[in-house]
Amino acid sequence: MSFLDYAPAPESRAILSLRPSYGLFVDGEFVDGNGPAFTTISPATEEGLAEIATADDADVDRAVAAARKAYDRVWSKLSGSDRGKYLFRIARLVQERARELAVAETLNNGKPIKESRDVDIPLVAAWFFYYAGWADKLDHAGLGADPRPLGVAGQIIPWNFPLLMLAWKIAPALASGNTVVLKPAETTPLTALLFAEILQQADLPPGVVNIVTGAGATGRAVVRHPDVDKIAFTGSTAVGREIARATAGTRKRLTLELGGKAANIVFDDAPIDQAIEGVVNGIFYNQGHVCCAGSRLLVQENVHDDVVERLKQRLTTLRLGDPLDKNTDIGAVNSAAQLERIRELTAAGEEEGATRWSPPCVLPEAGFWFAPTIFTGVQTSSRIAREEIFGPVLSILTFRTPQEAIAKANNTPYGLSAGIWSDKGSRVLAVADGLRAGVVWTNTFNRFDPASPFGGYKESGYGREGGKQGLAAYLAPSGGIR
Amino acid sequence: MTVDGSGTGVARPGASVVAGRALELLDAPVTDATLRRYLEGIPGVDAVGLEQRAAGLATRSIKTTSKRLALDRVIELIDLTTLEGADTPGKVRSLVAKAITPDPSDPTCPRVAAVCVYGDLAAVAIDALGPFHAPRARAAGATGIAVAAVATAFPSGRASLAVKLADVADAVAAGADEIDMVIDRGAFLSGRYEQVFEEIRAVKEACRRPDGEDAHLKVILEVGELVTYDNARRASWLAVLAGADFIKTSTGKVASNATLPMTLLMLEVVRDWHRLTGEKVGVKPAGGIRTSKDAIRNLVTVAETAGEEWLQPALFRIGASSLLNDVLLQRQKARTGHYSGADYVTID
Repeated sequence: MSFLDYAPAPESRAILSLRPSYGLFVDGEFVDGNGPAFTTISPATEEGLAEIATADDADVDRAVAAARKAYDRVWSKLSGSDRGKYLFRIARLVQERARELAVAETLNNGKPIKESRDVDIPLVAAWFFYYAGWADKLDHAGLGADPRPLGVAGQIIPWNFPLLMLAWKIAPALASGNTVVLKPAETTPLTALLFAEILQQADLPPGVVNIVTGAGATGRAVVRHPDVDKIAFTGSTAVGREIARATAGTRKRLTLELGGKAANIVFDDAPIDQAIEGVVNGIFYNQGHVCCAGSRLLVQENVHDDVVERLKQRLTTLRLGDPLDKNTDIGAVNSAAQLERIRELTAAGEEEGATRWSPPCVLPEAGFWFAPTIFTGVQTSSRIAREEIFGPVLSILTFRTPQEAIAKANNTPYGLSAGIWSDKGSRVLAVADGLRAGVVWTNTFNRFDPASPFGGYKESGYGREGGKQGLAAYLAPSGGIR
Repeated sequence: MTVDGSGTGVARPGASVVAGRALELLDAPVTDATLRRYLEGIPGVDAVGLEQRAAGLATRSIKTTSKRLALDRVIELIDLTTLEGADTPGKVRSLVAKAITPDPSDPTCPRVAAVCVYGDLAAVAIDALGPFHAPRARAAGATGIAVAAVATAFPSGRASLAVKLADVADAVAAGADEIDMVIDRGAFLSGRYEQVFEEIRAVKEACRRPDGEDAHLKVILEVGELVTYDNARRASWLAVLAGADFIKTSTGKVASNATLPMTLLMLEVVRDWHRLTGEKVGVKPAGGIRTSKDAIRNLVTVAETAGEEWLQPALFRIGASSLLNDVLLQRQKARTGHYSGADYVTID
């Protein structure tokens, strides 16, 4: 027996008890939805997990009304320190139920348990703790004395980090005194509904947070509802455009966190072993379902072969399989539709003449799976170098000089994130200065902290989430909005 | 360099071949300047990234059959060590008995790779091992237990080269199968790379025996005194260039010893050396590995960095004293389903 054939080490599902069906969370209670219920599945096995309600326009209307009532009567009248108490309570409950939330997230999303356990859920708690601390300090948010909340915030979040994106949206909104109607992604509603239970446990006043599940039509109803003051959206650039059109000319404020095609730039003096780790983490973390994923590797031409060889060697040690297994590095692709898109784009990559490589890798029969893949010989004109694949697929390009690296990194309609790998501090600073990306990581990648703002340039969206800057998306200067 | 798989016997090139190895890579005579140019041209280490990777490897969950396999493998890789000023022949005999029979309640328990003692006690260890001593056991077709002796003014390394070489010659003459030397950290830190290189080469020469069964050379870098990962990486390369059969983290005598990131870093060096030359050099973390969990994390790091092939006594050792009993307790737990306690394993 080979030592590297680690015996299965599955995280127990026993800690999680799901109800057979979940309604919408409106005005502090679970209620039936008018739309047709749908089954939410585990993308790793295609097994059904629970029945989920669909909110139609009338349901969304009820949710917005509940949020408005809660805003007018309760939440906007509470002191900042009292709002903070609720947020601290939520943060602690998230920590207490962390294992359960991690199992649910992994089941419903397909991501490895080690990621949901060690990254997603701890960050969720960290986000609530962080903004809980801001709730009574809004005078110091840089918006002048006594900034005002906007009112009812409609929030639409994606399926790649379901609970974390919920936290990014809800924590700053509540801290600054807004109430919320949130729509989780169609394929990953479970942790949002468990979170609704946590809100009940925390005794959050009814209507402060409402959760409406469903597909695109539900999201559209939230966006178009006339009594919503603010829309916050994270997701694809195409849907972001649609939302921008729908809110144009209304009083609704809008922040968008959209797609990306980040460049991870490796210079020839990079700490090479750590750079390889960063490249792997940059694109294979969460199956590449990361809007800020380092999907374009720009490597200095004189170290290209060495980097590719080391990268290939490293990829052979990645473990793909049961997301609940604690040793799994690569989980399942979230949906059949996403898998289809990844397949289509990788096929295009081959047609365009790039060289495709994957480590030997057995894919499970059921569920949606895609082996980690790298493309060498990619040109800047290739589709796989321009379009967001949102999967475990890395396109490798080369550059010769820092100027060329900057030019190639910026040569994309997106501008969410970038990475620089070099031992030379002055070069790192100069290159970072030239990159048009909201986040630039140096000698690391995919690191998040609630104190650090995150957001995009160009078609990657506008507005910032996290940090003091994240509060500006939910506040207006005193006298601005009453 | 080839590995014969017998546990301790690694066929080694002679010193002249070693010098040739360095000459070829440096493409110049071995001097402070050429070594500096080479060592400082090696890519740097990012401390945060290295530690993050080590922490990631430490989350591997090794359960059931894998854990049983790992526990036995750990025992087979241990250099059971006593390096105290108070060591006596009695203590060494007791240690040897423990090495031969780690768990008297379980005859299937494997034996450790080697015992590691001060040079003046090597003869006592060999005598106590009797037929279990590696060369005799090999002659009889078994694996046996090697005797490793620390030398070169261990642990500080602060003595003249002549004294260090006499120390080595003494241990080799007494029959030590392996010599664990320390590098001159003072020379390394002041940039006298050539001196460190030449010392390792001279010690390697002193490890030769007329019968051709040369003592196996482990080079202790004492990473706790080199402090930075960049230093540790350069010292690793320097030791490998100079002909080390093994690179070893620590003496166990300073505050910081074998940490997982350090072991990972050294494994990356031997992996790269293998890529470059096809030769395999061993790694020995020593000091600070006290629990089965720590030891298994080391095995994971070896297997996922250098490759599973490195999980053999010729290429990986763990220098430890208290680790063995923790592994035995875990083995007993795996066998019986419950934890016993400190009184159910023997002190040496």
